[in-house]
Amino acid sequence: MLSPTKPGFKKPDLTSNTGGIISPNPFWLASAPPANSGGQIMRAFDAGWGGAVWKTLGQPIQNVSSRFGAVGWNGRNGVGFNNIELITDRPLETNFREIYEVKKRYPNHAVIVSLMVETREEWKEIIQRSEDAGADGLELNFGCPHGMCERGMGSAVGQEPKINERITGWAKEFAKVPVLVKLTPNVGDIRPHGLAAKRGGADGVSLINTIKSIIGVDIDTFVPQPIVGNLSTNGGYCGVAVRPIALHMCASLAREPDFRLPISGIGGIANWRDAVEFMLLGSSSVQVCTEVMLKGYRIVEDMIQGLEGWMMDKGFTKLDDFVGKSIPHYSEWGDLDLNYETVAKINPVSCIGCQLCMVACDDGAHQCIHPNADAAIRVPVVDESECVGCNLCQIVCPVQGCITMEPVANGFPTASWNDHVEHGKVLRPKKGAH
Amino acid sequence: MSVLPENRSETVFKDFKPALTAKQAIVEANRCLYCADAPCIKACPTSINIPEFIRKIGTGNVAGSAKTIFESNVLGSSCARICPVEVLCVGDCVYNEMGVPPIEIGKLQRYATDTAIAEGWEFFEAGPDTGKSVGLIGGGPASLAAAHRLRRFGHRVTIYESRQILGGLNTYGIAPYKLRADAAVDEIEWLMKIGGIEVKTGVSVPVDLSWDALLAKHDALFMGFGLGPDSAMALPGGDLAGVEGAVEWIERMKLGLVDVSSIRHALVIGGGNTAMDAVRELCGLGVQNVSLVYRGTEAAMSGYAHEWTEAKNEGVAALWQTLPVAFEGTSGLCATRCVRLDEAKRPIAGSEFTIPSDLALIAIGQAKIGDLCAGLGIALDTGKVVVGPGGQTTHPKVFAGGDCVSGGQEVVNAVAEGRDAAIAMDALFREGRL
Repeated sequence: MLSPTKPGFKKPDLTSNTGGIISPNPFWLASAPPANSGGQIMRAFDAGWGGAVWKTLGQPIQNVSSRFGAVGWNGRNGVGFNNIELITDRPLETNFREIYEVKKRYPNHAVIVSLMVETREEWKEIIQRSEDAGADGLELNFGCPHGMCERGMGSAVGQEPKINERITGWAKEFAKVPVLVKLTPNVGDIRPHGLAAKRGGADGVSLINTIKSIIGVDIDTFVPQPIVGNLSTNGGYCGVAVRPIALHMCASLAREPDFRLPISGIGGIANWRDAVEFMLLGSSSVQVCTEVMLKGYRIVEDMIQGLEGWMMDKGFTKLDDFVGKSIPHYSEWGDLDLNYETVAKINPVSCIGCQLCMVACDDGAHQCIHPNADAAIRVPVVDESECVGCNLCQIVCPVQGCITMEPVANGFPTASWNDHVEHGKVLRPKKGAH
Repeated sequence: MSVLPENRSETVFKDFKPALTAKQAIVEANRCLYCADAPCIKACPTSINIPEFIRKIGTGNVAGSAKTIFESNVLGSSCARICPVEVLCVGDCVYNEMGVPPIEIGKLQRYATDTAIAEGWEFFEAGPDTGKSVGLIGGGPASLAAAHRLRRFGHRVTIYESRQILGGLNTYGIAPYKLRADAAVDEIEWLMKIGGIEVKTGVSVPVDLSWDALLAKHDALFMGFGLGPDSAMALPGGDLAGVEGAVEWIERMKLGLVDVSSIRHALVIGGGNTAMDAVRELCGLGVQNVSLVYRGTEAAMSGYAHEWTEAKNEGVAALWQTLPVAFEGTSGLCATRCVRLDEAKRPIAGSEFTIPSDLALIAIGQAKIGDLCAGLGIALDTGKVVVGPGGQTTHPKVFAGGDCVSGGQEVVNAVAEGRDAAIAMDALFREGRL
């Protein structure tokens, strides 16, 4: 439960510093449609956003109609989202004039300009113009996985560490403000790409950009979505469904000893809890697009209050108190304690008798949840001698807190697989391996 | 089958529980937890696989949903409207245990089945002719369910109905704010599409057709003739105009016209569900003063509490522990003389009073008319037909189900009993024992 805000209670300091880019709070608009124009960004700042990464500037493009697609689940649309929109389609002069106006009116907010051009000369020019307009930082868009990559930009750069390093080097050569490199998740391992940006001199990275995807197929017309005439193309996947992938990539870089650069986390952040998770895994700031597209700038009020309340609850006074705090808890599988044992406990008072745990355990786990011997009682019974502690029952239970996974004092000292292989440590007997 | 008269008093009634729109149905369907071994199924006398049909609504498979319903209950459309779901499926929804509004199962069932009937979807085919033949006495829900199931097995069926229109209570008796006769008839026409259900209306058994003749013609008989006329109260003035049996009055109101324009005070005598229907029907037709007169207490009456709550909301008054002793008037009913009863339902001396009334509907039960089939020599219990498993009577070729067996239950019980008798007959036919 969040601490109530009391009069006179000192609010935590939400000031965020990502590689030298300072913002009054860690919540930034990601480079995307919500950050397409000065008018939008000023409204976002009024709503409470701390920063905005301007929709990517480059040679203005022509977009298609339609552009977006979404995955729904259980009647709720937008759990996953994709787009085939490209970078800005507005004249560069207009964008720069608006950047200048925004910075003049909001000097304390962070305006980061996302850039995507091809040649060294083009990078030099666009960086110069961005800084002249008042940019607080630059973000190099090496991530866009659709359209621009066919023209040798976006993820085509992000997927090649050497090109990434070279272009980052150009940007650092020309830029006076901090440079973030926005990485693509469309790679097997994110670390070489983060390290390439570091070698190029980047002040930090932003991740993740969108994931290559086909969002769906119209089963009446047979055309994949989003539909452009009778064709479609692969787009960039985002929204809350991608968060676990983004969290993993963020953590992978955050715990890489050779990396040690600030991270601006992106990928499925829809509320303050999501933001906290990214920050615990090493993000100094977070960027949001999809949830704003779906719900509007107003969501930031809850993000700020929720973060403040959580920080007060935990006794944190500034972001650095907890940024990266979960990283030491992220290990290799081989270091996990195989003798740590949990079993499911069903609270008979809160159980509503839906028996979803029973069917899930029966069909999807280890067949250790059984009907009550008394047919009149619908609370199932866990056979703890067979329960492997997999969490599936807890996941399917519709009643929060009804099923708990409780540690068992089995008497076996800690032993990981690595301990077992290297030092012959004893492992407890397997359960559920019948 | 004769058509319904155009002018029927019941047509002024709107649905008390309005139909769901497609959008509402999907939202509601998506709330269902899809319980395993679901309590709602167990609470349904016809054991409809409720979580399954609801899931299919959620995925847009409305035809599959309707098929799941009709598979168990071929009168699933009328039952969706008239079942007392509050004490059946909805009452047992696990959400009740959670303090969350239960799933609107009746409304979802109506959505799927109404769609199927409106679209003319047909799910069932008659089986290959077995040469076996069953005569069904009475054309109400029990016989209709039995006949349909027998046709699926390939047996020949003939329904003998004394009235001109099929449907029994569904057509003649259900409160029109739940189910109007036209909807009942639509459903019957839809289920008749299986083909081969021969219907003889205007035939009173055994007056017009003897038991011997029926036994000679058919390999088995099914008794589904329901209940007889309203029980009367042998009171002074009981033959005055304005004193009527409630079931008889309801039938006139549903199939024809009743004139209530001159009724200022109406009484309904009784405390069962026919009385609950009658008071609400009188209110709905515009009678200003409607009172329930019941000899017991509110808590003791057999009418459903949820029905009485609605009746009270609609303005019905009640005289508890009150017994009419005489109907007074010259040309027609003017007043009803009543006496108060004590806890043991004994008249309290000196407590007599008179209440103005120009209509008194007597709803104290209906005659059990098992004697009708006395000529078959089957066992009866206080006028009810005695059956064993599968609805078999003490005559091996005679089966029975519905109100003539139960003495008066829900339509859904009659459907279950008719269906199960058909299954039992089919098994005996195939084993050569019938």
